[in-house]
Amino acid sequence: MEKRNLTCIGCPLGCQIEVTMEDGNVMKVLGNTCARGDAYARKEVTNPTRIVTSSVRVFGSKTGAVTVSCKTKSDIPKSKIFDCIRDITGISVPCPVRIGDVIKADVAGTGVDMVATKDVD
Amino acid sequence: MKNYDIVIIGGGPAGLAAAVAAFDAGQKNVLILERDSCLGGILNQCIHNGFGLHTFKEELTGPEYATRFIEQVTERKIEYKLNTMVMDLSPEKVITAMNREDGLFEIQAKAIILTMGCRERSRGALNIPGFRPAGIYSAGTAQRLVNIEGYMPGRQVVILGSGDIGLIMARRMTLEGAKVKVVAEIMPYSGGLKRNIVQCLDDFGIPLKLAHTVVDIEGKERITGCTIAAVDEHMKPIPGTEEHYDCDTLLLSVGLIPENELSRGMGVALNRVTNGPTVNESLETSIPGVFAAGNVLHVHDLVDFVSEEAEAAGRNAAAYVAAGGEETELNEIPVEIEGGPRYTVPATIDPKRAGDKLTVRFRVGGVMKKKSVNVYLDDERVVHRKRPVMAPGEMEEVLLTRAMFDKHPDLKSIKIKVEEE
Repeated sequence: MEKRNLTCIGCPLGCQIEVTMEDGNVMKVLGNTCARGDAYARKEVTNPTRIVTSSVRVFGSKTGAVTVSCKTKSDIPKSKIFDCIRDITGISVPCPVRIGDVIKADVAGTGVDMVATKDVD
Repeated sequence: MKNYDIVIIGGGPAGLAAAVAAFDAGQKNVLILERDSCLGGILNQCIHNGFGLHTFKEELTGPEYATRFIEQVTERKIEYKLNTMVMDLSPEKVITAMNREDGLFEIQAKAIILTMGCRERSRGALNIPGFRPAGIYSAGTAQRLVNIEGYMPGRQVVILGSGDIGLIMARRMTLEGAKVKVVAEIMPYSGGLKRNIVQCLDDFGIPLKLAHTVVDIEGKERITGCTIAAVDEHMKPIPGTEEHYDCDTLLLSVGLIPENELSRGMGVALNRVTNGPTVNESLETSIPGVFAAGNVLHVHDLVDFVSEEAEAAGRNAAAYVAAGGEETELNEIPVEIEGGPRYTVPATIDPKRAGDKLTVRFRVGGVMKKKSVNVYLDDERVVHRKRPVMAPGEMEEVLLTRAMFDKHPDLKSIKIKVEEE
C-alpha cells in the first residue's frame, strides 16, 4: 500500500487529495469534492502528462528575432520533461519559421514532435 | 490632422479584439497604435500553454493565441502603426503620437478605445531594505529575456510573490537549468492559479512559503543573497524566523498595475480599487466616446476574458460612432456591492443600454468558502449562484439579461451581494 498526496487543479478550491495505491492500481481516492477531482487524481498517479513549452535559437531572421517559441504537439509523460528540454538544447533553425513547423521530430523518443508556436520571418 | 472614426491605443490582445469587433460592427475606418515592433503585446513572451480554452476550445500558447487575432486584423486590412508611441490624448479626442517615419503627428478620432494593458509593480513600491545591486528583475522582464532575447538572467533564483508570471518563470528558469530555491508570498494564500502552483512548483519540488517575505537583500554589484522571514497577520516580519538564501537573481512577481497615464492626462475618472477607468455598461469611461477594455481597465487572469471584454468595447464604440456621437439621456444606476466584492466592472449600468446580455466582473477581497453570489434588482433577487470557494486570484462574473431588466421598468437599485450559501 502506497499513499500519494495531490493538490487538485480542477478549480480554485484546490482539494488536497489522498490516493491509495497497490501494485500500481488505484485503490482509493479521498479528499476530492467532485468527480473531476477523482478523474484528475487517477490520471495524475497512473499516467501524469504535460505539454512542454520552450524556445530555440533561429538564424537569418529579417526582423532580428533570435528565438522562436515551441511546444510538444501533444502532452508527453511528465517524467520526460527534462529529456525533451535536453533534446532541443543547442538547436538552431533557419528562418522563416511558421507555426506548426517541426523543430525536432520525435523529441526525446516520446513519439511526439516539438513544433514552432510562432511565425518568425 | 488625419481623421479616423475609431483609434485603438495599444495592439495587445484587448486592442486586437476591439479592432476586429468594431470593424465587424460596420466601422471600417479603424486605426491601431502600438508602441512595440509587432502586434500581440505581452502574449508574445508568454510561450507557455493554457490560452484560449474558452475562446477557441483548445489549449494554445500565447504567441499562437495572438496570431489568431493578428490574422483577423490583417484579413480585414485594419490599419495599424507599429513602433508608435502615443504621447497625449486630449478630451476632444485628439491623439498626439510619434514614430520614426511620421515624426510627431496628431489624429482626430470620433471614438477612442483604451487598451494599453498593465505593467508590473517594481521593487521601489515594496520598500525592501538592503542594497540595490544588479540581478533583481520583475518576473516579466526575466520572461522577456529568456523567451525573446534568449538570455538567462541567472542561475540561483529566489522569487518574491506568487503571481502567475512568477510561477511560470519558476518553471521556465528550472527547465533552462537554473536552481529556483524558494517562492516567498507575503499573503497567507497565493495570488496565482492552482494549476500553476501544481505544474510550475510542485512538479519541480520548488517550495512555496506563504506568509513570508524578503527582509534583506545582500550584494553590492550583483545580488549575492537575500533573507526571507515569516510575517504576522499585519504582514510585519517575525523576529527569529529569518532564513538566508544564497542567490544571484531575485525575481519579483508582486502585482500588476493598469497603465493609465494617458487616461489620467485626458481627464478620465479612475477607480481607486482597480486603478483603471470607471466605466458604465458600455465600457465607456467618464468621457463620452472613450472606451476601455482589458488589463488597462482591471487586471484579468485569463486572456480569453480580455478578448471577450474588448469585443464588447469595440462593438459599443462602433455603435457610438454610428449614432454620430449623439448619446441618449443616460440613466446610470451605480452597482452597489456588499459582503465581499471589492469592485465591479462596469461600475454603473443604464438598463436601456445593457444589451441582451451583460457580464459584470468583480474580485473578492479574501478567500471565501461556501458562499453564494446574488444580484438584486431593487428588492428582487435575479441571480443566485453557489460558490464553494472564491479567491482574490480568480475573477468572478455574473450574467445579467435583458429579460431581468425588462421586469423592472423603474429600476432604482442594482446590488451584487455575497451571502451565505
